[in-house]
Amino acid sequence: MAARRAKLVAQGIAIGLVALLFVLLVWALATDEGNDLAKRANAGELPEAPDFTLGRLEENEGELTLSSLRGKPVVVNMLASWCLPCREEAPILEQVWQRHRDRGLVVLGVATKDFRRDARRFATEQGITFPLVLDGPGDVWGPYGLTGLPETFVLDRQGKVVEAIVGAVNTDEDRARLNAAIRRASRS
Amino acid sequence: VSARLVALLLASFAVAGSAAAADPPRAADLEAEIVCPVCETTLDQSTAPVAERMKLYIRERIAAGDSEAEIKDSLVAEFGPGVLARPPDDGFGLLAWLLPLAGLAVGAVVVGVLVRRWSRGRVTEEGASEPPLDPELERRVDDELARFES
Repeated sequence: MAARRAKLVAQGIAIGLVALLFVLLVWALATDEGNDLAKRANAGELPEAPDFTLGRLEENEGELTLSSLRGKPVVVNMLASWCLPCREEAPILEQVWQRHRDRGLVVLGVATKDFRRDARRFATEQGITFPLVLDGPGDVWGPYGLTGLPETFVLDRQGKVVEAIVGAVNTDEDRARLNAAIRRASRS
Repeated sequence: VSARLVALLLASFAVAGSAAAADPPRAADLEAEIVCPVCETTLDQSTAPVAERMKLYIRERIAAGDSEAEIKDSLVAEFGPGVLARPPDDGFGLLAWLLPLAGLAVGAVVVGVLVRRWSRGRVTEEGASEPPLDPELERRVDDELARFES
């Protein structure tokens, strides 16, 4: 009798563990929003941009927190020196920064999974003057659902993502899309 | 003579040891122990641009005379502890080594206890399945059998 009860308890525990793992799997899949950030933004859902605090590329310039830029439209550009398409779009983003900075737009480059020295050289070679932060370990990849570089997110004044461009902004169509998103972000 | 021989042997071991310690790290060894942060495989398995850049960095540091630990530390400083294929065996990283062992030990204890309980239960069940017959019942069975045989 006692043995049968022990066996039943053991079987119950095993079935319970399997059920728990299944529930956790379903829950993880159901709440995995990070990878859908670009999709949700482009579907017009206006998801909130995941916040981050990262060190500036120049170590003596301290840190920058994304949410501290609330009240301004922000273009967040994820890049790396080893990413060839990032080289193509860097001058375009610099132009955007130069053209709109007086109207309050911030272009923020996030050099990710990159050596600090390489990212600095990249910025110098590309003539980048917009602010750059460094995310060596790639902590932004998960929350922003990055699968590669570059990716560009346009945030409105409330920190909501109004547009996400996966891949380089290097065609006239991409530029038009970016400018339209900046106009939408600035109006909000 | 034997004391001199022992001293000579010890000296030769010491020289061999210090020579081994001074050997520069091998790029291939380090590439097998460092993870590409984009593709999440070790560098020797990856041709991703960042992995190629990291391989070049490792060769530069070896040429500059850095030790294996110095190269690993500098990569951890750039890319975080996730860049190491094997977690460090000290500090917080020690947990990654100890927890699986602790899990195995706990699992073994649980399995041992359950097996013991089951086997003990089975012996009791087997014993309980053959209780001694009531003498009155035994007599009646014998009577019935005798009548049946006659």
